[in-house]
Amino acid sequence: MIDTLPIKTSTGRPLRKEEMVINMGPQHPSTHGVLRLEVVLDGEIVVDVIPHMGYLHRCFEKHSEHMTNYQQVIPYADRMDYLASMNNDWGYALAVERLLKIEVPPRVEYIRVIMAELQRIASHLIAVGTYGIDMGAFTPFLWCFRDRERILDLFEMTCGARLLYNYIWVGGLSHDIPPGFVDKAKAFCKYFLPNIKELNDLLTYNTIFVKRTADIGVLPADVAINYACSGPMLRGSGVSFDLRRDDPYGVYDKFEWNVEVGKGEMGTLGDCWDRYIVRVREMEQSVKIIEQALAAIPEGDVQSALPKRIRPDAGEIYVRTETPRGELGFYVISDGSATPYRVKARAPAFVNLSVMSEISRGCMIADLVAIVGSVDIVLGEVDR
Amino acid sequence: MEDIIKNALEAIPVLGHSLANLLGTPPGVYVVMAALPLVFILLYALVTMYMEMKVSAHIQDRLAYMYTGWHGVLQPVADILKLIQKEDTIPAAADKPLFILAPYLVFIGTYAGFAAIPFSSMYVGSDLNIGVLYIIAVSSIVVVGILMSGWASNNKWSLFGAMRSAAQLVSYEIPSALAILVAVMITGSMNLQEINHFQDGGIQNWLAFGGPLPIAKKLLLMPFTLTTFFILFVASLAEVNRTPFDLPEAESELVQGFNTEYSGMKFAIFYMAEYANMFLVSGVAATLFLGGWGSPFGSFMSGPVWGVFWFVLKGMFFVFLQVWLRWTLPRLRVDQLMYVSWKVMMPFLFVCILAVGMILSF
Amino acid sequence: MTPQEILDQLRANFGEAILESKLDAPQPWISVAPNRTKDICFFLRDTASLQFDYLMCLSSVDNKDKQLSVVYHVWSTTQKHKIVLKAFCPRDNAHIQSVSSVWGTADWHEREAFDMMGIVFDEHPDLRRILCPDDYPGNPLRKDFKVPEFYQGIKVPY
Repeated sequence: MIDTLPIKTSTGRPLRKEEMVINMGPQHPSTHGVLRLEVVLDGEIVVDVIPHMGYLHRCFEKHSEHMTNYQQVIPYADRMDYLASMNNDWGYALAVERLLKIEVPPRVEYIRVIMAELQRIASHLIAVGTYGIDMGAFTPFLWCFRDRERILDLFEMTCGARLLYNYIWVGGLSHDIPPGFVDKAKAFCKYFLPNIKELNDLLTYNTIFVKRTADIGVLPADVAINYACSGPMLRGSGVSFDLRRDDPYGVYDKFEWNVEVGKGEMGTLGDCWDRYIVRVREMEQSVKIIEQALAAIPEGDVQSALPKRIRPDAGEIYVRTETPRGELGFYVISDGSATPYRVKARAPAFVNLSVMSEISRGCMIADLVAIVGSVDIVLGEVDR
Repeated sequence: MEDIIKNALEAIPVLGHSLANLLGTPPGVYVVMAALPLVFILLYALVTMYMEMKVSAHIQDRLAYMYTGWHGVLQPVADILKLIQKEDTIPAAADKPLFILAPYLVFIGTYAGFAAIPFSSMYVGSDLNIGVLYIIAVSSIVVVGILMSGWASNNKWSLFGAMRSAAQLVSYEIPSALAILVAVMITGSMNLQEINHFQDGGIQNWLAFGGPLPIAKKLLLMPFTLTTFFILFVASLAEVNRTPFDLPEAESELVQGFNTEYSGMKFAIFYMAEYANMFLVSGVAATLFLGGWGSPFGSFMSGPVWGVFWFVLKGMFFVFLQVWLRWTLPRLRVDQLMYVSWKVMMPFLFVCILAVGMILSF
Repeated sequence: MTPQEILDQLRANFGEAILESKLDAPQPWISVAPNRTKDICFFLRDTASLQFDYLMCLSSVDNKDKQLSVVYHVWSTTQKHKIVLKAFCPRDNAHIQSVSSVWGTADWHEREAFDMMGIVFDEHPDLRRILCPDDYPGNPLRKDFKVPEFYQGIKVPY
């Protein structure tokens, strides 16, 4: 007979005598946003983790049903995953373009790839930097942000914004890339690759960091697929699946790059270190793609001929793209009018977070911080 | 509880007078001798705050404050002024007496250790025969202060931090003490001033390099004393709660650990206590293994005043090393921390003690 | 496998539980009975020729004919084919059998559908609101949702 207290967790599970419920509350020093983790602890060991979200719910889906135009949804889509706005915009624009059954000019495709990959590097830099801070290493965070500033300079040059761009529109782009962008981007690629090596020397192969992240939060491949994890979470578990290669969109099939997969180098396959190293290596691959795309941009117009009021035929479509966090899906239903009937955003961070209670049973509190950091959530996306 | 403290505070001057009269010295001398390390700590804290700010900034590829004074030299003064005039909040459900007393206890534990450290051949606060043992013992008061702050804050996270910190400090006192024991074995005395005199004469006589013994014994001893010195430094990192052992203090889910609910002057005392502790353990390591106030060049640049310079230089070198490590390494998890102490440091130290004992006895 | 073959296999095994279908749409969909979704999805996941092991998205829709529906987009990582399932239910008594035992990810998606659209998922292990506060009145994504005047003493429309 197990002794229980009259205290219950929010799921109704009664606590045993030696257990304690503690809140890693909505405001954390870890820079992950407003996520509340209700942790049931037995000393230092985590018995159960119950994530609570909704603190950043901004009703993206309801808003999109009241827009007067399909283009007006783009700024809202930006603000979902605010660290990877370009990828969000592209996902939604792609969905509407497929509903409209139009092709965009080739110059647009190349620029979209360049922007998306630059954005991927910027987002992974934040993921890697904040993961270092979670582990107590304060310096890589600042080095990553210094490099990210260069990318933000490129974006500011193009569309004027540093974080939320409203750049990739349905049917094209809002502005063409300015003169000097190609050279500056090439200079950035050259500058950035040695910095990854510096980061690896400082953080990645550091014994203490490896000890804190290897064999922690092991996510087996079949559990990952059952929980529909995607992006570095899935690839860290050894499953080689990347939407840019396996369900291609844009002009990704014209470039040569590798899909990085975790190999269990430092511990078990699918641990936090594997997910982390997948992100670091993906940055290198993104630089490769950017260099190839910069060398091959065709000339042309950046806006296809679209009417001011976009009216797709009645129908529905689900389109998925690979954002830095995983598979971002947009399910757009159109009823033939200028307003979308239903836009559902399938956010990768939301889905990846659901597996957290599975993989964090039996770990310690410090490991919980490591696991949450390795999932790489952005609350804007989790809550929409 | 409040009455006991009030009575104790009232009894101290009476005690002081009676003790002084007993020993035949005017109490003024004692006050001056006791206040000198405090003045040193205050000045040193300002310098270390500036150093930490600039070292961290340059490691992180940025400049720190540049506007307050030339390149920010007045920033520590600004920080202290800010902390002093801040509102001192006490949580409503906190245990008030313990909450107020805790930072002072932590500071006292550290400050009392300064009494036994020789700053030069002419100045040591108290020339104790059992100086080393006294320092180890009195720095354990810090544990009590930290536990008090964690408990009295009425905050589950502070309690966590305090518990972890207590476990960590207590565990790492053992490797510290064993490492100090090696130095005591070689010099044959626990009196810090005598240990210093033992290492007089230049860098070759420092205990880290085997001590002033015949060359054969020195070469045999050197690997063991170097290992012991290294372990003492790492254990002292854990004693002062610095990264990579700062789990109780700055874990990303513990806000500030046991410091969470403190603000204003009490936080300033905790802050100062941490810096004082850093210098204390650096000073002990410098005195025991690196010749203390002795000049590395033998008789060149040596003397009572030069002694202060060399001692402070060596102490500040270790403090700089601690600051450098903080901004480079991630932190260890609490069970890994315990593992390092009990399963790595202790076996190494036992081997060192055995080896040093055997070598010395031949 | 083509959508027609998938439909044939489903019809062969579940008969009347498979309602209508629209295979000539850009993304062909099959409508299933709301009280048999779990069995059908187990079949889809476990049959060797189908192996739909990845639930890409589970959305709730408030249709024009006033019915609520749940749309399942599934994909097979091994066979590389996709299919869309839909389950319609009446507005007033919206019950659909939960598929959270088939795909672990459906757990949170169904909670969101319950929160936003008010569809109750039978046999769900822990059906609570996920994004809105627990005591929020109404289901926001319904087309006839009226923003409450006051919520916990705060005036909502500004």
